[in-house]
Amino acid sequence: MNVLNFIESFFTNSAHWRGYDGIPQRVWEHIQYSVAALSIAAAVGLPIGLVTGHTGRGGNALAFVSAAARALPTFGLLVLMFVWLGLGVLPVMVPLVVLAIPPILITTYEAVRTVDPSPVDAARGMGMSEGKILLQVEVPAALQLILSGLRSAAIQIVSTATIAAYVSLGGVGRYIVDGLYQRNYEKVVGGATLTAVLALLVLVVFWAVGRGAVSPGVRRRRAA
Amino acid sequence: MIAIEEVSKRYADGTVAVDCLSLQIPNHSITVLVGPSGCGKTTTLRMINRMIEPSSGTIRVDGEDIQHKPVNALRRSMGYVIQNAGLFQHRTILDNIATVPRLLGWSKQRARDRAAELMERVGLDPVMARRYPYQLSGGQQQRVGVARALAADPPILLMDEPFSAVDPVVRRGLQEELLRIQGELGKAIVFVTHDMDEAITVGDRIAVMRTGGKLAQFAAPDELLSSPADQFVEEFLGGDRGIRGLSFLSTRDLELDRSRVFPVGTDRKQLAQSTGPQPHVLITDADGKPLGWADPSVWDGDVEALTPYGQSFEVGRDSLRIALDRAVLSPTGHAVAVDGAGRVLGTAGQERVGAAIRAARQRRAAESPDDPSEDSAQVKAVR
Repeated sequence: MNVLNFIESFFTNSAHWRGYDGIPQRVWEHIQYSVAALSIAAAVGLPIGLVTGHTGRGGNALAFVSAAARALPTFGLLVLMFVWLGLGVLPVMVPLVVLAIPPILITTYEAVRTVDPSPVDAARGMGMSEGKILLQVEVPAALQLILSGLRSAAIQIVSTATIAAYVSLGGVGRYIVDGLYQRNYEKVVGGATLTAVLALLVLVVFWAVGRGAVSPGVRRRRAA
Repeated sequence: MIAIEEVSKRYADGTVAVDCLSLQIPNHSITVLVGPSGCGKTTTLRMINRMIEPSSGTIRVDGEDIQHKPVNALRRSMGYVIQNAGLFQHRTILDNIATVPRLLGWSKQRARDRAAELMERVGLDPVMARRYPYQLSGGQQQRVGVARALAADPPILLMDEPFSAVDPVVRRGLQEELLRIQGELGKAIVFVTHDMDEAITVGDRIAVMRTGGKLAQFAAPDELLSSPADQFVEEFLGGDRGIRGLSFLSTRDLELDRSRVFPVGTDRKQLAQSTGPQPHVLITDADGKPLGWADPSVWDGDVEALTPYGQSFEVGRDSLRIALDRAVLSPTGHAVAVDGAGRVLGTAGQERVGAAIRAARQRRAAESPDDPSEDSAQVKAVR
């Protein structure tokens, strides 16, 4: 049997579409973990990235923290959290959030820091407050890049959230973990395929958000 | 009126950007700060809207110390134009111009109406309102920058090398536009440039600054050209300040030669008699407009065979610099003088222009040098 046969038989088996271990349920769990982890990471990473990017200070500290966070093995962190905190969603959230913060933080910082200084100078000279300069001048100009940082973080979260299954939680990782244990490779391939589809979905969502939120005046400029 | 009183700017590393500068910047006029890079001209400008805080000294606007005003309110009361326009790429042209009115709490509709009005004032096509900055040329972007600075009708306009990034032809157009707008609005404009020609073109008063942030001379352009304070100013003015100074002398009192102008169809013998030893006569059409030069001893009356006269100058509107230029370029050494309708008033050879220059200099010397005469302002407005 090749991979395509595995995929076909996994998705055509009607038993896989029903119940607590059915595809809709597992996908929904996966999306919930991912959205929660991305929201927390964004809530931490965006404000710090925006403020450090605006003031231009703290860049070195950010780079250090991010490199350190990237060096942490996600799986090891999961096991450690599980040992510390026991069963539950929290031991999964910690490694996912730690994984997602560096791309958000560094990209946001760089995006704001590298905004053309002359509109910022003009805005300040016109009497705009620093907060307004950040939100009305720098963020709109940097938005495309900021979104790309969120997008990389989201893709990493979606593909890594499969580890939740190792600590008895759901998500499409369930199929991979159970399939490996049961030597049911159809299930493993099915779970992997679902993960890939979810990652593609992330791309589509971010593309749509970018179309809607980024001003045509800026979009065109980045492309040029 | 902006009063800069003994203002200095020293940085922590010991660099002195501005050194005890005192300057009175009057209302309804363009004051230019000019000098080589590192002379502190931009620092001076940025201290007026507190983008840079002075180390010592006081700056007053209409008598009030600017330190006593909230910084953002102060900046909103002054238009600010910078080198590359600094437009907000994510906003349409209309919304860029509406920025300060919006900051001041105007409704969106009122701010946009005002922005549309300003687009017209700075000569921008209304179809550009919905466009984004990247869709405009450099010159058009700079017009938007000027419109944005004028949007809330501030009494003061600060311009930091506003036209330095555009090509010379566009720059010329923007300078003329600025003078036209200033003629209508009469703001107190502080204009920073490193280009002496630009300073002379737009400035009512010019402050020449030298490296180290010291004021070298503060004078009207014609006074600067005719009597530079020291060698530094003289060198900064360039090698042809004598010629450039002629821009401020009117052709109004130039004595014209009417003896060599003849309408087309004049009899050849009459031409030869009345011109005597002079080799060339100017032939005009029936309306008195110039056609070209003719040598009466050989010309057969054919209009096609006339020597082109090149460009003419308009008496009263053009300066003696233009008249001299036309005379130098003329194939006969004589410039063609016309009135506002393009009819020939006479001709002026290089000697006549020279005589007019000497006469104007003597008149100028007799007048008070501190009083910039209306005469020079009038000439400046066109050239």
